[in-house]
Parts: sequence; structure tokens; C-alpha cells
Amino acid sequence: MKYFPLLWATLWRKKTRTIFTLLSMIVAFLLFGILETVDYAFAHPSGGATGADKLITTNKYSITLALPFSYTQQIRSVPGVAEVTWISWFGAYYQESKNFIFALPVDTGTYFNLHKDEFIVSAEHMQAYRNTRTGALVSSKLMKKFGWKVGDKVPLHSTIWTQKKDGSLDWIFDIVGTFDAKDPTQASQQAQTLLFHYDLFDEGRSFGKGTVGWFEERVDDPTQSAATSSKIDALFANSSNETKTQPAKEFALAFIKQLGDIGFVLRAILGAVFFTLLFLTGNTMMQSVRERIPELAVLKTIGFGDGIVLGLVIGESLLLCLIAAAIGLGLSFLALPIIRLGLQGVELSPTALIPGFGAAVLLALIVGTPPALRAMRLNIVDALADKR
Amino acid sequence: MFKQLIAALSMGLQTLPQRLGASSVIVIGIAGVVAVLVSVLAMGAGFKHTLADSGRADRAIILRGGSDAELNSNLTRADVDTISNAPGLAKDSSGKALLSNELVTVVNVPKADTGTDANVTLRGVGLKLTEVRPELKIVDGRMFHPAVRELIAGAGAVKQFRGLTPGSVLHLRNADWIVTGVFISNGDVHESELLADVDTVGSSVERNGYSSAVALLTTAADFTRFKDALTTDPQLKVDVQREPEYYATQSKPLTKAINVVGTTVAIIMAIGAMFGALNSMYSAVAARGLEIATLRAIGFGALPVLLSVMIEALLLSLLGGVIGASLAWLFFNGHSVSTLGGAFAQVVFQLTVTKTLIVTGIIWACVIGLLGGFFPALRAARLPVAEALRAA
Repeated sequence: MKYFPLLWATLWRKKTRTIFTLLSMIVAFLLFGILETVDYAFAHPSGGATGADKLITTNKYSITLALPFSYTQQIRSVPGVAEVTWISWFGAYYQESKNFIFALPVDTGTYFNLHKDEFIVSAEHMQAYRNTRTGALVSSKLMKKFGWKVGDKVPLHSTIWTQKKDGSLDWIFDIVGTFDAKDPTQASQQAQTLLFHYDLFDEGRSFGKGTVGWFEERVDDPTQSAATSSKIDALFANSSNETKTQPAKEFALAFIKQLGDIGFVLRAILGAVFFTLLFLTGNTMMQSVRERIPELAVLKTIGFGDGIVLGLVIGESLLLCLIAAAIGLGLSFLALPIIRLGLQGVELSPTALIPGFGAAVLLALIVGTPPALRAMRLNIVDALADKR
Repeated sequence: MFKQLIAALSMGLQTLPQRLGASSVIVIGIAGVVAVLVSVLAMGAGFKHTLADSGRADRAIILRGGSDAELNSNLTRADVDTISNAPGLAKDSSGKALLSNELVTVVNVPKADTGTDANVTLRGVGLKLTEVRPELKIVDGRMFHPAVRELIAGAGAVKQFRGLTPGSVLHLRNADWIVTGVFISNGDVHESELLADVDTVGSSVERNGYSSAVALLTTAADFTRFKDALTTDPQLKVDVQREPEYYATQSKPLTKAINVVGTTVAIIMAIGAMFGALNSMYSAVAARGLEIATLRAIGFGALPVLLSVMIEALLLSLLGGVIGASLAWLFFNGHSVSTLGGAFAQVVFQLTVTKTLIVTGIIWACVIGLLGGFFPALRAARLPVAEALRAA
């Protein structure tokens, strides 16, 4: 620690160079932090809705093929299944196709029982929802986005389901209440959600009656979810609608994987950033040591050992990299809310920033070692005579 | 003045080897920016290209009104009969309409690299398939036969997913389907798909009806006549689009997202590289202080000195830009990847490093170089001659 003032002074020996080097590195670490966070988010779909005790049952051959409603009773009878609910894909938008709405027809009793840890709904709104056949519960974020108020009638355009009564794709709902996410980290995931009655949906649609898109289950014991999953699938093996049951988390992960190897793309970019950083920082360190050779020789003359001189140069490199990493990664932490806007449905965690500091240390060692070795091997007489 | 500029520039370039470390920072920093920019944008370009190639101006796609995408759409048999009588449709020698009634579903097929299930389009196609889509060619095996559970797989799908080579068996809903052949079709979106007889697919998924109809028109100019006839028919509620328009709409959201992400990342990297360039050029000017002061003392103007430093920065960044674009082209051009396309289904496409992208990358490089070179150049031009000479 006693060498810190010396390190600090040498670091700022050439102010312009240090500032530009730092700025450049800070920008690189900012990018590093953002990309690491996104990479981490894609590899770890959020908890809550996809908590460990939730399973999801889809058609084995295609998520677009429906399952019979009659499966409900059979799934409920499987030991270990605490609750089962059924949902269908409604494929809705509001006014224009870019205003996608995650509208889901749900069975009130079982759905809210299964997801009881996820929604905050006032008792009054819940009662109003139960009492209104055409009622909808809307995420308060979605309400704000479109300026909706409780009591509004909103038409949603389904790209799939025509109505029995007039063949129209436009369904009208009464907003009777709002909900918030119980776990604030879930808020972005629920931001586009609108829930309405499954009964209204099933009776109103012109085809597909008596089928459901998928089932969701809650199990008593998450450690038994693999066994419970295979028990559910065994029920329907060799039927014309075989099922595939998996933890909700795995389902989400598989979906993300379908987007492509995002991890590879991100790591390739990170590699390019790191590589350019190596040159930039390496050059600064080399220059810094080259200019200070007479000074280093003086240090050695007055009794600093080879090891200490080596340590001083590596220390300077570490200090430079860690300052840049701390500021850059700190900025990327502040940028999290902005990234969140663009990445709904995945959760961002600051733990993803830890590898950034690892990269900073690695960088410092790689770029610090060659000039440090040079400083250590310095011959005092030659160096003082300024024979480089 | 021009002579002075040439002299100052050549002196600068001749001393470059002495400043190799600092100069390479500019080159490598900018090469990194351009490589990332061009590679990511090549993804967007490749995706767009694949979808854009899927259409022909003289082909129209008919969906149920308000459905947006084939997967959501639903046409009845009666709808398709009405459509096949519309004016403007091309006919075969026996007078039958060149219309393919299609049924689109997605099936789970494991990806070749990860082994996890991906949604692959299984498209039921009508008997007129090869006449409606003449670009489709079997390159391995044979065409499927109608009325039996046989399918052909697109060349892109065969590469990206497991178990689609000819002779493979795909188990779908209680039944085995045999892959009889592999097809290519101009590198378009259908090469990511599996094709089979529409009624066999329909009976397998228990669907009595179709998703869409694809019509070959007598000429591209007949589109309006064809569309008007269908949209004014009170029996029908359909959307009629030219194929290129339909696929352009499908590719828009993802292409836009890729471009936004790619540009954002590249802008951040460019800011970093600009600071790097500033650093290098400042140290170059400092190292050449005596030389520049001497030039000024013997009568060189400020402008030639300023320009010579900026041109040096520009040349270095140009080199970086060319290296970056070449790396992107070398590593990623033609690299085949797949992603979830517009409608829940996988689209296989190749990264395409186009000429426009290379030019874009090099322009970026030059802008970074100019920004990074300007202030150091200004300092060089304003160097107080007497002090600089004395300091040395």
C-alpha cells in the first residue's frame, strides 16, 4: 500500500495519454458489461413465472398443435401435481400489428391459484373480474403504455381466432382491473400481459372448441419434477396427441436457443473488443515504461530490488485496468434500465458483471508483464547513460 | 502548398516504422470496429436476402383477412375453389389453375449443433407445386408421392437440423414420415422447410382446410385484376399480397432489430477506437515535434502540416477498415445459421457480406480516423516553433 502514491504519480505522468487510454478502455468495459449482462440473461431465463415448481405440457410434435381439454382431469390425477391450468395462444395486437399484446385466455380459479406468487391484484379488481364475463385484467405497465383506464372497452385483433357470431377477428374486452408483478424483477416480463376469461374465448371462437394450447402445472416437490413430467407424458403415450412435459424454465431456455447461438455472437464481439484493448493498453504501458527508463534506473540505484520494480510496473498496469473496469462496468450497471426496455422477458442481473473484473485483471497481467520484465532486467549503468 | 503537403506527408510516413506500436493501435482498433459492424450487419443482410429471394412478382399469396402470417391463417376448401376461378391466374395445358393450396404447421426437429428441439415448418403443398414454383429442384433422392406419408427437405434444413437426410424417418403424431429427397430453391426461405402433400399433412394434423394459397399469375401486371376480383367477392374475406411484399413484411422486424443492435455496438466500439486514435496521433505529433517545428521554421505553412497529420490518420484507419472488412468476409461470408423467423418457425440463412456493407465499414473507418486525427493535427499546426526547437 505504501507504494500507492508512487503508482498514482507514474500513472498520471503523461496526463493526455492516460486520459485517452482510460476513456477508450472505459468505453470498452462499458460494452463488455452490457454484452456480458445480455449473455447471462439469455442463459438464465428469469425465475418467478418460470420457477422451479412449474411445468409446462405442450403437444409433443409441435407447439402449434392443440391438446384436448379432457386431458385436464387426467393430469390433475397424477400424484405430485398440485394444480393444473390451461391456456391458449391468442396472437393479439391493439390497432396496429406492431402493438403486440400478450393476451392470454385463462381459467380464473386454477390460473391464479397456480401463479399465486406472481400477481398483485386488489380484492376489488379481482371481484370485478370474476363478475364480468367480458372482463380483462391488464398489467399496469400496459395500461400506461396505451393510456387505458379501468372501465374502458378495448378491441383486440386476434390474428388467429375468428368469432362464431360474425366471423370477426376483433374481440372487445372490458378492462375491470389491473395487476402488478409481485416480484419486481418480473415486471418487464409481464409488461405486455392481458388476461381474460377462457370460457368467453372457448364459447366465442368459431373453431377449435374443446382444445387448449398448452397446460401448466405446479408440483408439490420441485425435486420430483422430472418424474412427474414423465408420468404425465406416459398418460398420453401412443395417443393421437402425445405430450411433452418439461420444467417451465427449460421450455423458456429452449425457446431462447431457437433464436440462434446468441452466446456465440456475443462472445465473438467480446473477443474482438478484448483483442483491440490488448493492443491499446499494451501500447500505453510500453510507452510509459520506455519513457521512464532513467527514472526506473534511479529507483534501482537507490536500492529498489528487481522484484519491486517488476511489481511497480504490473501494479501500474493493474491500477489502469481496474480503474477503467470499475468506471466502465459501473456505467453499464447504470445502463441496465435502458437494456431492459429492449429485452422484455429476460432478467438482467448485476452478477453478470463479475467476469468483467476478471477480464480486467487478465488484461493487466498480459499487457503489464512484458514492460515489467523489461524494467526488472534493466542494467543500471546502461539505463542511466540512456543507452536504450 | 501541394508540394509542402507531399513533403510533410512523406516525412511522416517514413518515420511510421519508428512509431509502429502507436500506429498499430489505430489500425487494430478500427479493424475491430469494422469487423464487428460488418459481421453483424451481414447477418441482417443475409436474413433479408433469404426472405427477399422467396418471392416472384408474378406470384401472389392469399391469406384469410387480418391474419398477417400463414401460420395464423385459415382458408376453407370453398375459399380455395373460388380463388382458383379468379381472373389473371396462369393455367396449365389442360386448363387447370396454377394454384398451390398450402397448409403450414411447425414440427419439432432437433438442431444439429445443440440437439434441442426447434420449430421447423412442415408445409403441405398442392399438386401444382412444381409448376407454381419452378425454381424448386430436387438435388438428392426423389420427389414425395402424394397420399402417402413422404416429405422432401430443404437443403438449408438438412444442414441445420438432425435426421433429415433422404431415407430418414421422422415420427410425427403417431405416424412415420419418410424423407425421400432434398431440394433447393434459389436459397430462399423454403429451403428451411419440409414439404409434403397438403391433404396428407391435413389429415395428419386433423385440419380440414388450408393456411394459404399461392397463385402463379399470367403476368405480374395481372396482379391488380386478380386482387380486385378476390377482395370484392362478398363470399371471401382474404388478403392478397404479391409474394415479395409478403416476405419483405415478414423479414422487417428481425432485420431492423439486428441492424439496431449491430449499429449500437459498433458506435460504442467506434467511440473507444476514436479515443485510441486520438492517443496514437497525439503521441505521433509529440514524437515528431522537432521535425514539425523544423519544417515550420524553414517555411512550411500550417495547413500542409495539419493536412499531412490528418491524411496519415486517414491512411492508417483506411488500412484498419480494409483489414476489418476482410476479416468479416473471410470468417463469416456464407456462414450458415438459423433463427426464429417471423412466425414461430426456423429460417436458415447465410451471413452475406455485401459490397454495400464493405463500403459502409470503410466509410466508418475513415470517419473515425478523421475525428481521431483532427485535434492532434491541429496541435501540430499550432506548435510554437521556437519552444519546440528549444526543447529539443
